[in-house]
Amino acid sequence: MKILVPVKRAIDYNVKVRVKPDNTGVDLTNAKMSINPFCEIAVEEAVRLKEKGVATEIVAVSIGDKAVQEQLRTALALGADRAIQVDTDLALDSLQVAKLLQKVVEEEQPELIILGKQSIDSDNNQTGQMLAALTGMPQGTFASEVSVEDGTVSVTREIDGGLQTVKLTLPAVVTTDLRLNEPRYASLPNIMKAKRKPLDVKAAGDYGVSLESNVKVVKVTPPAQREGGVKVADVAELVDKLKNEAKVIS
Amino acid sequence: MSEQLIHPKEMTFQLYELLDTEALCSRARFAEHSRETFDAILDTANKIASEKFAPHNAKGDQNEPKFDGHKVTMLDEVKQAFDAYRESGFIAGRYDFDDGGMQLPETVINACSGYFLAANPSSTAYAFLTTAAANVICHFASDELKQQFMPRMLTGEFTGTMALTEPHAGSSLADIRTMATPQDDGTYRLKGSKIYISGGEHELSDNIVHLVLAKTPGAPEGVKGISLFIVPKYRLDENGQPGKRNDVSLAGLIHKMGYRGTTSTALSFGDNDDCHGYLIGERHHGLKYMFMMMNEARIGVGYGAAMIGYRGYRYALEYAKDRVQGRKPGSKEQVAIIEHGDVRRMLLAQKAYCEGGMALCFYGARLVDDLATIEDESQRSATRELLDLLTPVCKAWPSEYGPKANDLAIQVLGGAGYTREYPVEQYWRDNRLNPIHEGTNGIQALDLMTRKLWQANSLGLQTLKERIVTDMEQAQGEVSQRLRKALTAHLSRFEQLLPGIGKALNSEQLDPALANAQCVMNAFAHIVIGWMWMRQATVSEKALSAEDLNADDKHFYHGKVQAAQYYAAWELPTIERDFQLIESMDNACSAMQAEWF
Ligand SMILES: Cc1cc2nc3c(=O)[nH]c(=O)nc-3n(C[C@H](O)[C@H](O)[C@H](O)COP(=O)(O)OP(=O)(O)OC[C@H]3O[C@@H](n4cnc5c(N)ncnc54)[C@H](O)[C@@H]3O)c2cc1C
Ligand SMILES: Cc1cc2nc3c(=O)[nH]c(=O)nc-3n(C[C@H](O)[C@H](O)[C@H](O)COP(=O)(O)OP(=O)(O)OC[C@H]3O[C@@H](n4cnc5c(N)ncnc54)[C@H](O)[C@@H]3O)c2cc1C
Repeated sequence: MKILVPVKRAIDYNVKVRVKPDNTGVDLTNAKMSINPFCEIAVEEAVRLKEKGVATEIVAVSIGDKAVQEQLRTALALGADRAIQVDTDLALDSLQVAKLLQKVVEEEQPELIILGKQSIDSDNNQTGQMLAALTGMPQGTFASEVSVEDGTVSVTREIDGGLQTVKLTLPAVVTTDLRLNEPRYASLPNIMKAKRKPLDVKAAGDYGVSLESNVKVVKVTPPAQREGGVKVADVAELVDKLKNEAKVIS
Repeated sequence: MSEQLIHPKEMTFQLYELLDTEALCSRARFAEHSRETFDAILDTANKIASEKFAPHNAKGDQNEPKFDGHKVTMLDEVKQAFDAYRESGFIAGRYDFDDGGMQLPETVINACSGYFLAANPSSTAYAFLTTAAANVICHFASDELKQQFMPRMLTGEFTGTMALTEPHAGSSLADIRTMATPQDDGTYRLKGSKIYISGGEHELSDNIVHLVLAKTPGAPEGVKGISLFIVPKYRLDENGQPGKRNDVSLAGLIHKMGYRGTTSTALSFGDNDDCHGYLIGERHHGLKYMFMMMNEARIGVGYGAAMIGYRGYRYALEYAKDRVQGRKPGSKEQVAIIEHGDVRRMLLAQKAYCEGGMALCFYGARLVDDLATIEDESQRSATRELLDLLTPVCKAWPSEYGPKANDLAIQVLGGAGYTREYPVEQYWRDNRLNPIHEGTNGIQALDLMTRKLWQANSLGLQTLKERIVTDMEQAQGEVSQRLRKALTAHLSRFEQLLPGIGKALNSEQLDPALANAQCVMNAFAHIVIGWMWMRQATVSEKALSAEDLNADDKHFYHGKVQAAQYYAAWELPTIERDFQLIESMDNACSAMQAEWF
């Protein structure tokens, strides 16, 4: 079974995000960039399926300029077998990404596609769902457990009320939640091996997908500063405040 | 509070801007590597250090390992951290591909180690000791012993220790008493006690491989009669697996002021006359073997001191930006304490001490790489002598000034710094070990003064001078030139004093000379660190002249230049006192009598 894992280059989760002074976006100069944590979980899940003998090949794909090769190398060091960079300088949004991925899926014919449920830079939570719709594949989103058997994949999903398990016929799209697994660290020998694994570069323009975005960023502002808390004297005061100030209980 | 263990640009500055580490990739030994690989490896180090080591640094301090008479227990987090480290292949990092290693340059290993030392020096010790012990086995043990122990040490299935010190013999290893008696089958039986042995007992690994210094019957007196043995906690069975418990036992754990997460052990060898040991190399060469691996170990100690100091500096820096206290003259607005000149002084001093020490240790690591890869014989001997000369400085200066930096971090935090709610007091306690172990700083000063300055007709000193002069030619910016001028004067003064030191060492002046060894170390080390700051200032001033520099880089380089200026203005002039003491060979200390105290 072949698994396709799309990975995104995103600002490292440890970096204190700074908004550009002109409010056009996040200041990425010199910021440490990493593989989006949800995508890393996706890679890990694929590698585990391969280690279990379920998967035979893992292909990592990333869309962006040459810099994304760094994240693809990380995916290769974590255990992907080969990588594809869909080369573009444009900042795409979810729909273009999903459309490009659809073309990659047509070429690669994977039986399972595992994506992160969202990326920590834009938090859209759309690409997996869009890709499923475009390819007509069933989807299991927010996975906290994945098991493959007899041409199907069972996905335990984290939903508001608890857990829901869906059984999908392959080929299918799965998006990962945080609790699916704890990704391994890229070991030194695997970092070395990753250097020799194949990484193909394909021009985004060659896929015949319109890369024009329908979404316009109007303004980016930092979240409001958190205000300092207050100490309450006793439970009665706390209840009073919750009732009358915060109005969260009645 | 500080989000990153180390400033994101510091390691790349040290590796690629101060030292051309990429150039190493053109040498056969490192030809498989590229900057891309180095960066990915650094990234893994940073990640594991931040996620697995840093979070339990304080908890490990508060929960020392315990011994119930049978077993040593410690926080689960230590094992998880150790496993993450070993599974990622860091223990084997510097070893040959043929030995299952990654053949990485020492310089890069050093950069990786920096993250772990900054995150949690105590939990890091188990892995570092294992690498060091394996290094001795790798170079000097027979192929058979190497096969039995080294591969599993490099994977961390086995861990290692260095068992040198005895209750009555610390600085003076010549006087050790542990005996090793040869048996008909070629093995030895050991008997004796060792103390302060780090990592001497724990449950982190399947076996503990002690490297033990001992004497054989009839061996010559002193250091020439010392041999080195492998003594495993579990003897290997016929399949090479850990089997029968060897007769080495934990007499007790030692309770320390810092480094509390590392077990410090008193070990008994041969209580039941059945402690099996295996000779490494030849008899009577034990101390020599240990010392041949000592350069790396000593650089490691100095570097650790610089990194713990650095951690405190970064913490104090963040605190100073947040803590609002007092006003600027003539203003009503309260300001963050970083706005006060005196607080900036304390932060700059920490920066100057730690990044100066760091740069020197990177330089030392690079010399280790050069020694492993340069073929030209005359260049090799110059490199070897320079490394030998700088090693006591790499060990002693950062370990003297790292704790000073931690002391200032406490001061920046004010009352908070003195409490256990904040981490800086622990940093100070942890760092206080570094002037003591791996040869006390007193011993380092003696080593420099009585041996290293003169060894091989002072080829080391000659090489050092040449290198400083070469770097001076590049020193063009304002601060670089200021350091260049000062260093030129200090170097020539030091040289003028040298014959006097030599003469004193060979006359009835010997006692006052030895009593002033610290001054020789101080003066010499201040020149060496001044050189390191001149190098950092040179690169930074050059970088600042570029036009398209982004704001972050600008701040970074300005910071380096300012710290270099601090070093030139505040620290380097203290050398005068040492010069005067060396010149006069003052006998205040040597003439003092025990009864007069
Ligand atoms: C936490 C910790 C971990 C350690 N880990 C290990 C380990 O893993 N393995 C190991 O073998 N050892 C280890 N040691 C031991 C350490 O190396 C010794 O403590 C150190 O070498 C000093 O020896 P000592 O304690 O006997 O002090 P001493 O030798 O008694 O020295 C006391 C003082 O006298 C001075 N002094 C001694 N001799 C001279 C001299 N000739 N001239 C001038 N001054 C002198 C010293 O500089 C020092 O200030 C560890 C120690 C500690 C505290
Ligand atoms: C163990 C202990 C016992 C104590 N006992 C008492 C007690 O019994 N009664 C009591 O009232 N207090 C007590 N204190 C408080 C103590 O006096 C304060 O901690 C001390 O005055 C420093 O204040 P701070 O901790 O708020 O530090 P800060 O004032 O925040 O100072 C932090 C750093 O900023 C520097 N700084 C601050 N303002 C300026 C400025 N304008 N210019 C230059 N530098 C500046 C300081 O020198 C310091 O290095 C105690 C503290 C401790 C730790």
